[in-house]
Order: sequence, then structure tokens, then C-alpha cells
Amino acid sequence: MTQRHLIQRLGFIFLGLVGFLVVAPILFVVGSIIWRGAGALTWRFLIEMPHNGMKSGGILPAIVGTLVLTAGVAIVAIPVGVGAAVYLSEYATDNWFTRAIRLAIVNLSSIPSVVYGLFGLGLFVLFLGFGTSILAGALTLAIMTLPVIISTAEEALRAVPAEFRTVSASLGGTKWQGIRYIVLPQALPGILTGVILGLLRAAGETAPILFTVAAFYLPRLPHSPFDETMALPYHLYVISTQVPGMPEGVQNATALVLLALVLTMNLVASIIRSYFRRRREW
Amino acid sequence: MKKPSSQTRVARLPSRPLEFAIESLIRVLGFSAIGFVTLIFIFLLTEGLPAFLQVRPGNLFSTRWYPTFDLYGVLPLISGSALVTITAMLIAFPMGLFTAVFVREVAPNWAREVLKPLIEVLAGIPSVVLGFFGMTMLAPIVREVLGAPTGLTALTGAIILAYMSLPTIISVAEDALDAVPKSYRDASLAMGATRWQTIWRVVVPSARSGILMALMLGMGRAIGETMAVMMVTGNAARMPEGLQAILKPVRTMTATIAAEMGEVAHGSTHYHVLFGIGLILFAITFLINLAVASMMFQKRSRGGLR
Repeated sequence: MTQRHLIQRLGFIFLGLVGFLVVAPILFVVGSIIWRGAGALTWRFLIEMPHNGMKSGGILPAIVGTLVLTAGVAIVAIPVGVGAAVYLSEYATDNWFTRAIRLAIVNLSSIPSVVYGLFGLGLFVLFLGFGTSILAGALTLAIMTLPVIISTAEEALRAVPAEFRTVSASLGGTKWQGIRYIVLPQALPGILTGVILGLLRAAGETAPILFTVAAFYLPRLPHSPFDETMALPYHLYVISTQVPGMPEGVQNATALVLLALVLTMNLVASIIRSYFRRRREW
Repeated sequence: MKKPSSQTRVARLPSRPLEFAIESLIRVLGFSAIGFVTLIFIFLLTEGLPAFLQVRPGNLFSTRWYPTFDLYGVLPLISGSALVTITAMLIAFPMGLFTAVFVREVAPNWAREVLKPLIEVLAGIPSVVLGFFGMTMLAPIVREVLGAPTGLTALTGAIILAYMSLPTIISVAEDALDAVPKSYRDASLAMGATRWQTIWRVVVPSARSGILMALMLGMGRAIGETMAVMMVTGNAARMPEGLQAILKPVRTMTATIAAEMGEVAHGSTHYHVLFGIGLILFAITFLINLAVASMMFQKRSRGGLR
């Protein structure tokens, strides 16, 4: 082996080590949260109201709050996001205006989450008078989720071969019929993956809901869209930094529930993606 | 497509006016992103600009942040964000670049199959969970190993932030490497260069603007991160001084907004100053994106994100 091949060998080993250094802590974080949380997690913890200043009992209202918020995000963000993606992939021409839209989407995706919180507070809570409510929080999170949904849905729509559209048009279909009956159904798995990825981001966010929905301690289930609610990520923040003398078991179990929720959604998204990628005929 | 079903569908197709309405709606939705960005900007502006009018510049750009005494010096917060972000990038950029090179140019298939999904998992972990991990597991290690009194330091925050920006850096850098034509590699190998030499003297240099984009986007991600940073940096609004500042608590712009907005009276000076900080954050990420976008539109003519 010449010297430069030795350097190459050592270099490749070094790169592999860096790769290991990137992923090993990920495994460690996930593993330790599962390990420490599993011991403290019981069924009662999932289905009971918190008692005794959250130091005992369960986290049901936080779980329900997060699910309700996520559903609210889905109702708003899916139609708007998929509609925008259809526009970008099927109608937009490559001009300065389309570039401005793309720049706006990239921008939305990189606005700090706490700035979304400020915006939600300014527009929904105060200006529109929704108060700190599920409605205000879900709308804030929905706008934050849009860029993820738009870009993945657009990618899925663009992956549908142009021939599908041509054939639909040649059979006398209008442009919208082609989209509605051919392109959208074909792109559905890809769109679904993007939607789930967007929703899981919304479910795990804390900063945007700090001033728009989150209730510090509210041991009941939400009644209406104008209700405040507890939410899992905010609850984890509260019990790990704001309440002195919190039992470690409650903290660990809450972290595990939140992580499990998000990782399950992640897993579902990748199963959908790989299942349909294998099955599709083009 | 089965023929009969599509024919029955065709028979019940919407009439033209309905179709026109749908297409108009789609156009409006397509423009919505611009509307939202504008709306966010307007709200930050109307609520944040009064801060710059109500607070004297001498006070606003001083080094003391004590809102209860009407001292709104934002310099400790800006330098806190800068310290944590720059340290995070010093860790994350080389790691991200090496990992991207490894994944694209070197790794055998099995290693790629392991690395990619795990990096996706990292991107999906909520920031508050990473913050919790940082508080309970990483901070004690920093305390023991480096002797910082609480373990909640700028360095702890930077380590967590580095990992949070890695997925962005890796995926953008990977795209950049991917866009380098195979013929460049072939030519280099044909001249007798090793793969190692090819990577560092041909592939990486020709992907340099894409790699720079990876750094910038990673930085944008890091500077805007809120919860994890708030939980692990100790939140002391002090000017970082000297090298040992890295082992002391700091307070970032994002953490300040998150920690204090819940308690201020709406419409007070403090409220407007917090919106003003939000405006600064918005401006920073906007400028980063504008720079990246202009690079992208320039490079597109050369084919791909190089």
C-alpha cells in the first residue's frame, strides 16, 4: 500500500468515526429517555388527571390538549398547504412572482418558533380577540407547519409523470379534472407523508403555544375551541423547570410519552413512504 | 385506472363555473405564503417599532438588561445568542460536512441505511425533549468534567444546538455534493488521484457554495432555537467576557422572549421591546434566507445546488 492509499484508508476511517459521533448520541438520547421513562410509566399515568400540583396523578389533559391542537392544525394546514402545493406544481409558471412565493415559503420555514408565538399573540390572541385559546394556538401552529406540508406535497405532485396529465387532457379532461382524478390520487402517499411530518413538528413545539394556548395547570379536559388547554411539550417544560421538587418519575414519564408520540408519527410516515414507493407502477 | 369507474366519474363532473371557482381558490392558496410572511412582518413591526421610539438608544444598546428597572440593554442578549450560535457552528459545521461526505462519497450501503433514518429521528425530536435531556444528563457531565458550577452554560447550549442543526447541515451539504457531476470525479480518478484526493480537491471545492448554504441555514436554525436553549444555558443576562464565558450561563434573544413575554403587561414598554427583539430575529433569518435564495437562483443555471 502506498502512502497516499494509507492516508485514504485513515481518512475514511476518520469520516466513519465522525458519522458515528453524530448518530451515537441520538441513540443515547432516545435510549436513555425510554429507559428512564419506562420505569415510571403506567396506564394510570396516561388516563388520570394530575393531582397535588402535578406531582402525582396522570397527564391526561396534556395528552388530550396536544391531540386536539394537532387536529386543529390538520384542519387548517392540510387544505391550505395542499392547495398551495397544487398551485406551485400545476399552475405556477417560472417567473419572479413564483420565486417570491418560494422565498416566502423558505422564510416561513426558518422563522424562529418563538417569533411565531409573538405573532400568534399579536394577531390571534389580542388583535382578533380569540384570547389564549385552542383556536389561537392551532392557527399559530398551522402557519408554522405550512412550509413543511407545501414543500413535501409539491415534491410528491411533481413526481407524478407528465404523461399522466397529457393522457388525461387527450381524453378530453379539463386541467382540474386531470388534477382531481389523476394527479392527486397518485401523489397521495407522498402528500400524506409530508402532512404527518408537518403535524409531528406541530405536536412537539412549545414556543409557539407559550403565549397562545398553554395553561400551566388546568386539570380538566377542554370544552370548546376558545378554551385554554395543557399540552404535552409545554407541560414537560413546566414540570422540569418551573415547579421545584417535582418527582423525577413524572418528568421522565412525560418526556417518554411526548417522544413516543412523535417517534410513532415519524415511523408511520416512513412506513407509508417506503410501502407506496415499492408498490407504485411508475 | 379502470375504465368504467373513470367513465362514471366523468359523467358526474363539476360544471365549468365550479371548476373556475376551485382554480381561483387554489391560486389564492398559492399566494398565501407571501400573505403570511407579510402579516408576520407587519405585526412584528407595529408591535416592535414602538420599542425603538420609547426606549432611548443609549439605554437600548447598553449592556444592562433589567426590565424591572427600565433598563433594556439588548447587547447581552445579542452577544449571548451570538456566542451560543457560533460555538454550535464550530462543532456542527465540520461534523455535518464530514458526515455528508461520508454518506455521499464513502459509506457502504448498510452504513447509509443506518445513518439516514437516525438523522431523521434527530430532526423529529421535540426541542423541549432535547432541553430536558440536556438539563438532566448533559449538564451534570459538563459540571463534572469542566468544573462549571451548575453545568447550565453557554457550552451546554451550544452542544445541544449543534446536534439540532446537524440534520439541516447534513441534508443541504449532501444535496450540494450530489449536484457535482460524476464526470468531475471520473476525470480526477482517471488522472490517478485517489478517492480521498478527489473528494477534498475536486468534489468539495466544486460544491463549496452549496456547503456554504448548509452552514448558513444551520446557523439560521440555531439562532432561532428557543426551548432547548432556554432550558440548558442558565439564562443569566450578562455580557460574555473572555474565553471562560463559554463555561458561564448566558441568555439568548429567543430565551428572553419566551421567558418574559408571559408576564408582561400588553402594550407596556417591556412588551414592545420583546417584540423588537422578535423583529431583530426575523430580520436575521430573513437576510440569511435572502442570501441563500440569491445564491440558489444564480447556481440554478449551472444545474443543481453547487
